[in-house]
Amino acid sequence: MKTILEMRNIAKYFTGVCALHNVDFTLRAGEIHALMGENGAGKSTLIKVLTGVYAKDGGEISFEGQSVTIRSPQEAQNIGISTVYQEISLCPNLTVAENMYIGRGKQSTVNWRAMERNAAAILERLSIPARAKQQLANCSLAVQQMVAIARAVDMECKALVLDEPTSSLDEQETAKLFELMRNLRDKGVGIVFVTHFLEQVYQICDRITVLRNGELVGEYGIKELPRVQLVAKMMGKELDEAAAIRHDERENSDGAVVYEAAGLSSLNCVMPFDFSIKKGEVNGFTGLLGSGRSESVRAVFGADRITGGKVKVNDRSVKITKPIHAMRQGLGYLPENRKSDGIIADLSVRDNIILALQVLKGFFRPFSKAEAEKLADEYIKALGIKTASADTPIKSLSGGNQQKVIFARWLLTHPKYLILDEPTRGIDVGTKLEIQKIVLKLAREGVCVTFISSEIEEMLRTCSRLIVMRDRKIVGELRGSEMTQDNIMRTIAGEAG
Amino acid sequence: MKKREFSLVHLIVPLLALFLLVIFNLFRDPAFFSVKLLVNNDGNYVLSGNLISILNGASELAIIALGMTIVTAATGGQDISVGAAAAIAGSVFVKILRGGDVSPPLILAAFLACCAVAMLFGAFNGSLVALFRIQPMIATLILFTAGRSIAYWINGGATPTVSGPWIGYLGGFIPGVPIPTPVFIVVICGALFALALKFTALRLYTQAVGINEGSARLNGIDTAWIKTLSFIILGLCVAVAGVVRVCRLGLINHETILLDIEMDAILAVAIGGNALSGGKFSLIGSVVGAYIIQALTTTLYAMKVPSTAVKSYKALVIIALVTIGSPVVKKYAAIWFGKLMKSQPRKEEVA
Repeated sequence: MKTILEMRNIAKYFTGVCALHNVDFTLRAGEIHALMGENGAGKSTLIKVLTGVYAKDGGEISFEGQSVTIRSPQEAQNIGISTVYQEISLCPNLTVAENMYIGRGKQSTVNWRAMERNAAAILERLSIPARAKQQLANCSLAVQQMVAIARAVDMECKALVLDEPTSSLDEQETAKLFELMRNLRDKGVGIVFVTHFLEQVYQICDRITVLRNGELVGEYGIKELPRVQLVAKMMGKELDEAAAIRHDERENSDGAVVYEAAGLSSLNCVMPFDFSIKKGEVNGFTGLLGSGRSESVRAVFGADRITGGKVKVNDRSVKITKPIHAMRQGLGYLPENRKSDGIIADLSVRDNIILALQVLKGFFRPFSKAEAEKLADEYIKALGIKTASADTPIKSLSGGNQQKVIFARWLLTHPKYLILDEPTRGIDVGTKLEIQKIVLKLAREGVCVTFISSEIEEMLRTCSRLIVMRDRKIVGELRGSEMTQDNIMRTIAGEAG
Repeated sequence: MKKREFSLVHLIVPLLALFLLVIFNLFRDPAFFSVKLLVNNDGNYVLSGNLISILNGASELAIIALGMTIVTAATGGQDISVGAAAAIAGSVFVKILRGGDVSPPLILAAFLACCAVAMLFGAFNGSLVALFRIQPMIATLILFTAGRSIAYWINGGATPTVSGPWIGYLGGFIPGVPIPTPVFIVVICGALFALALKFTALRLYTQAVGINEGSARLNGIDTAWIKTLSFIILGLCVAVAGVVRVCRLGLINHETILLDIEMDAILAVAIGGNALSGGKFSLIGSVVGAYIIQALTTTLYAMKVPSTAVKSYKALVIIALVTIGSPVVKKYAAIWFGKLMKSQPRKEEVA
């Protein structure tokens, strides 16, 4: 097979931190090549160097046998390298068709009709459930992701970079995407696939390149690298920690009820639901995307407008209609969408860490710089957050480290009840395990936790009770031995177990 | 240069601009900076010269720029009604003083009343922005349009004068002090802002709201209140600026008082290195920006540029300033600077 892309000795430095050190990467035509590594291993940086977002500090890139210098994403696109980023970077206020064609034509006029016709044809061909004239914001996250891919695909690319394309897709949608990827591969497109889902790598990829701490670990054929070894290579050590994580006290029925809601509903179209959680319990909301699991916990935290229901915390009636009310009752909420709801991008890691605690403390009692520094340093160390300093803007951290910062923010408030919506999305295996461990440790200390994840396996491991949702209603509750993949699927599908 | 701190990096462009203005004036006319001690009409010894008139003349602008910075940071928008609101505030001030003898207690009462009115109008702007989610420029366009008419109505269309020794003290000089009082008022305002930032979480809250409102809300911040608060703070600044201007002139003309100051204030914020889209802010930057604008005006007048042409010359300099401060130029400057540092490590450049 022909090599279309070759990167040799790539180096990249960020103010004092070495992000990439002599990394090689080779992509052949007609292959799907997994780029693997933990948070901060340099995957995103390598891709951004390839697509011209960052200027490289050393090394060479050759594309189709010719040495190239890529100075901007536009240039990358022009020579045939298209990218779909981890966090969707489309314009939500434009239509699907506009998003697919924006910034592409050289001519100054737009043929709207042709644009919409073409867009509709591509959507049809890729069987993406969206209409060309629909506003993008009205599509689900998954569909938005697919539109982004459709845009890249339509640009006749020779190399396609997919950075965590499946992190917000459910199984069905992932399957559809894979079909599309195989299709493209057979047409001779080289695909770089960045993901944290090991399963998916073995489902679809031909070769794997592993990075660690900004350095190349190696390049392997899929057959010569069993799963366990891949994990070991990514983490730099042999370990079987995943098996060690188990919820010990599967059921602590003696715990007092910490939070209790009756008939809770919000404007974000959740049906009124009852829900309670006990001290030291870890429960989960599960269901397909759009089933209302996120909306339910948002209602618990008062993040959306509450339209009804009674809430008791520690057996006392309370009113939770705003996040601050929930926070005062000892609730914490790590939102599903880190970029838009979690981080304050331009603020420093330190400010991001102390934010929630500062708000609880009050407007007129600010932390002094020294106090804030001390708290931030303590949690940066405790959670192993990789950052140049506490003053670094959070936006320049890798996704997993950003998530740890948000985690630290809530741990700092010593919550009695912590809601985690997809805390491990887009995060590498090592950090995932760390977060799961923290959750279980919190539970042992008597904190109750709601844990939501798209990976059922992860929920089975950490939760002692699962609440199953379908079409914005709670349709079942599974505990103990009832909690199996099969049972969950059946409950979601609505078959009597 | 000593330690390179973040705030200093932020201020490079405005400080450089100020520095260049000074150099330019030194070469053009070394006497530009001469400051003399004169006896004024009231028999006081006062300092006089271009430097003093820059410091003095920029007072109102600097005060409003402080408030404008907070509004910009919290809402990612600007208030274009400050001139009109100052006309209202000034009119209220004059209206109260016209009735009685101009004694310090009455001045204080008038000042407090005009603060209250200006803050009320600030709250009006703020709630349009925060509760109804109208874009700040459109929301404040309402008061921009109506403000001077309201001011007209307060004093019945006259251009009333106020006089008295205390008015003179506030707008001019206090006997025995050779520096104009408005300069001290700027210092007091700056100090109050510094205290507010030190003893409240105002900076963290406004920045959080300005950068990511959704996230700020989920962290328990009352985003609507913070936005409204920023407009109320600006209202307070407007009241102070209005009173300073009234005392300076001894009269109020509701049509011309602080005319077009909103544009200069927004410009001061921008020159100060603040993103007009909100988020992180530097108050010192905005104040330096205000003095740059005034220094520019004074320089042009000193060069005998006809007053009708001053604005176009100002525009030329501003084009240069905002381009230098633009992200594109900054990026290239950073690359260039990085190379410089690499070739001669640990060596500070000669200023």
